[in-house]
Amino acid sequence: MKYLRICLILLTITLLPFRSAALEQAQLPEGYCHWEVAEYGIAAPLCGLAGDAGRGMAIVSDSHLGNCLACHQLPIPGVEAYGTIGPPLEGIAARLGEAQIRLRVVDTRHINPMSIMPGFYRDPRLIHRPGKRYRGKTFLTAQQVEDVIAYLVTLK
Amino acid sequence: MKIASRYFVLISGLALALPAGYAGAGEPRSGYEFIKPATREMQDDDFLNPGMFTVEKGQALFNGQPGGDGKSCADCHGSEGEGLDTGNIARYPVYRDGALVTLQKQISQCLTGTTGKTLPDDHPDLVALETFVRNRARGKPVNVQTDGPMVKLLEKGEQLYKARYGLIDISCYHCHDMYPGQMIRGQKISEGQGNGFPAYRLDIGEITNLPQRIQQCLTLMRAEPFESGSDEINLLGLHIMSRSNGLKIETPAVRY
Repeated sequence: MKYLRICLILLTITLLPFRSAALEQAQLPEGYCHWEVAEYGIAAPLCGLAGDAGRGMAIVSDSHLGNCLACHQLPIPGVEAYGTIGPPLEGIAARLGEAQIRLRVVDTRHINPMSIMPGFYRDPRLIHRPGKRYRGKTFLTAQQVEDVIAYLVTLK
Repeated sequence: MKIASRYFVLISGLALALPAGYAGAGEPRSGYEFIKPATREMQDDDFLNPGMFTVEKGQALFNGQPGGDGKSCADCHGSEGEGLDTGNIARYPVYRDGALVTLQKQISQCLTGTTGKTLPDDHPDLVALETFVRNRARGKPVNVQTDGPMVKLLEKGEQLYKARYGLIDISCYHCHDMYPGQMIRGQKISEGQGNGFPAYRLDIGEITNLPQRIQQCLTLMRAEPFESGSDEINLLGLHIMSRSNGLKIETPAVRY
């Protein structure tokens, strides 16, 4: 029994690179743009898209879209219910540059692996047990993420 | 390779970064402490508590012949369930004959034994019976076994509790152990204790047992929920109930 277990462990270790290769080969969902992290940020806009701050403000408030208010306080007039899980975002652009904000919205676990914050443009292949209608999808589209960033950089 | 190794690092990072009882260390706190005062009042008054309708429905089923022509539950256990051992009710889920038995499963087996009929997991009649039976033990402290054969099952349950799910990509642990007491929009996050279930949920206006509550949470996480009666949902339920050991049963609690 013990021998069998050791064999299994050895086999697992041997096969690990193959498993990784399998994930690597798993197709990225159609339309998902690749992005790269450098200096704790993502410098280039996703898919080269330009964001719109007005649309971004609507997305952060909409509970079916960004739903940022679920966890963060934001300086939006008329909003009373907000969450206290994440830091308030007023003045965020005075503390972080656009590239740093982009990485935090796209996939903040590159900075804090234990973070509770969802990656709004996280690689869909890394999502565990996504609901049927969410398979292969990102939380927000690349355009929506850029809109949110365009809004957040105004919060100085 | 890059993404894969990142994934691996994240998984191992998660395992390392979760010492047992992170912020949840200390005495467990019932969801009652996290709900609004008006909701507490509603729970405390049996005439206001909407969950009492389900207790009554459960009692009617308990006294009737829910599955066919067999005996009623009341024939053995009394019309008010006074023959039930409430201390034993507080011990569910239990380990018996090599398997985990939830209170619902026990009731279901009893029903099948007396009436020959089987109800699917989480059938409204089963949930009503579960609510009635659990309500008989209101005030008794939850007392789930945590040693012996339960150890391995609890470990599995804890792993499921600490795994991330769905597009929102968080675990039960993230909200209920790291952030209880914080606000998520207008609601306070509780410790995710199981002592109030089945509970009446104001958000959906329905009585909800623990497996259903877990499914509702997973759906909210935009995850594929575990099926009713599956090992995963029962192991999660076991872990959650074990965290509630010592808390008084509040069924039917009123929760958001």
